[in-house]
Amino acid sequence: MEWETVIGLEIHVQLSTQSKIFSGASTAFGAAPNTQACAVDLAMPGTLPVANEEAFRFAVMFGLAMNAEIGKRSVFERKNYFYPDLPKGYQTTQLQEPIVGPGVIEVELAGGQTKSVRLHHAHLEEDAGKSLHEDYQGMSGIDLNRAGTPLIEIVSEPDMRSAEEAVAYLKKIHSIITYLGISDGEMSQGSMRCDANVSVRLKGDEKLGTRCEIKNINSFKFVEKAINIEAERQIDLIEDGGKVTQETRLFDAEKSETRPMRSKEVANDYRYFPCPDLLPVVLDDEYIEAIRGTLPELPDAKRDRFVNEYGLSKYDAAVLTSERITADYFESVAKASGEAKLAANWVMVDLAAFLNKSETSMTDCPVAAEQLAGLIKRIKDGTISGKIAKQVFEAMTRGDGDADTIIEKQGLKQVSDTGAIEKMVDDVLANNQAQVDNYKNADENKRPKMLGFFVGQIMKTSKGQANPQAVNEILLKKLSEQ
Amino acid sequence: MAVDQSDIEKLAELARLQISHEAAAETAQSISQVLELVDQLQAADTRNVSPMAHPLDALQRLRPDTVTETDQRESLQAMAPATEDGLYLVPRVIE
Repeated sequence: MEWETVIGLEIHVQLSTQSKIFSGASTAFGAAPNTQACAVDLAMPGTLPVANEEAFRFAVMFGLAMNAEIGKRSVFERKNYFYPDLPKGYQTTQLQEPIVGPGVIEVELAGGQTKSVRLHHAHLEEDAGKSLHEDYQGMSGIDLNRAGTPLIEIVSEPDMRSAEEAVAYLKKIHSIITYLGISDGEMSQGSMRCDANVSVRLKGDEKLGTRCEIKNINSFKFVEKAINIEAERQIDLIEDGGKVTQETRLFDAEKSETRPMRSKEVANDYRYFPCPDLLPVVLDDEYIEAIRGTLPELPDAKRDRFVNEYGLSKYDAAVLTSERITADYFESVAKASGEAKLAANWVMVDLAAFLNKSETSMTDCPVAAEQLAGLIKRIKDGTISGKIAKQVFEAMTRGDGDADTIIEKQGLKQVSDTGAIEKMVDDVLANNQAQVDNYKNADENKRPKMLGFFVGQIMKTSKGQANPQAVNEILLKKLSEQ
Repeated sequence: MAVDQSDIEKLAELARLQISHEAAAETAQSISQVLELVDQLQAADTRNVSPMAHPLDALQRLRPDTVTETDQRESLQAMAPATEDGLYLVPRVIE
């Protein structure tokens, strides 16, 4: 039997406003507990919410970027449930009339394929506080600094068919919100959180299987892992004659498992109703169009421009533009060096490998774009070979300065002086007479392979600094003269 | 529409309220009476009426995004029954 996984994502994104969605308390990250929780956030009697204009502006920016319908009239509702990190006893959210309606985005998959994912809607709501279950005299500790932080919840249709597709979609959303600057998108700090609705069905079935909602997924890596683990669990369960129960499950990264979140699951009844404390919000066309005018160049547009302007492949352009900071970095290197393709290679291969290995984020990249451009110029003008360039690059990551300084200081300049190279070739040939004889007696078609030995010896003698092109030419000439 | 004792007990659980069997039965009765009143309202034809989000015929005004609140933790926590390390303490809840 061939199974198919069906996935829909609910993504919560914290909007980077200065103040909360319904109060004037600060939203800054990392403050001492409850120092940013005011009377409104604590639901003190008599307090009333006043909605933050910036949260609406950000939500509209997002909707426009997703080519989605904008809810010109949106209404806040109360979602009732009891939990100590939600002091009002309800979350102020949107349901019937959200700020962003249906839309669709294209997601790039590995191997150059694309996939359309439909957006069901996105709505504005408030975040809850945090519960700390460490032992406080046998009680739970509550920090309400986060309570009231504006969120948009982005709800997709169940359009994804594998964990890889879900991750690609999530990355696309991450890319859009960070390009727009409406959120820092830091999953590790909880600025972007993801719940996955996962179900399985036999391939070819029309009907969706019973789904489970997986919560607590806080990195791209875990999204993939959690979905795969959950799909496997459901398949095993069904194949053993069992049935999937609709429930909320928690992903445990350490144990590599999902488990039911509530022990005695009572079907939740949120009793939504329009919030009497907040009036409907109506935005006019003029307001929405003014926001459209402020949208920055978005990932897809930038990708297409990179293809046209710099002659990159669509795939390379998509990789480079998935994060705005990387795209800007590449563009600076390309412009300063005048070598777009080399710039793309260095950013995607060497720089990416370094950042990955040293667990450094692009924000803290120790090599400035101008430095990398300087290095590329020296490769292009033949001062250094590509191999030596890697050595120079390594020195740059250690903070040894720009390319010219490092080349000078370490004496890495490529030897293109034919006299010096001729001498090296002569020495190598003289010291390896046996190989020279072999070469001369070998078939014409076997010779190129044998040449490698001599080139290797010569490069070794020159400590990698001999100009490879010059070495090849001189070597061939000398061997034919032998 | 009428509700019975078990409906009330389920609602009480969702609302984290403790209620005795006797009280649940009584409450079921009185709430059923309220619901009868709602049933009468349900009889009204609302096909051409759009749902009302708010009784006031007005629109929400939005405020500019500025921080206007200062840290009032000390005075606010003075009202709380239990605090520690700046946290509000509540009966333990674990999910």
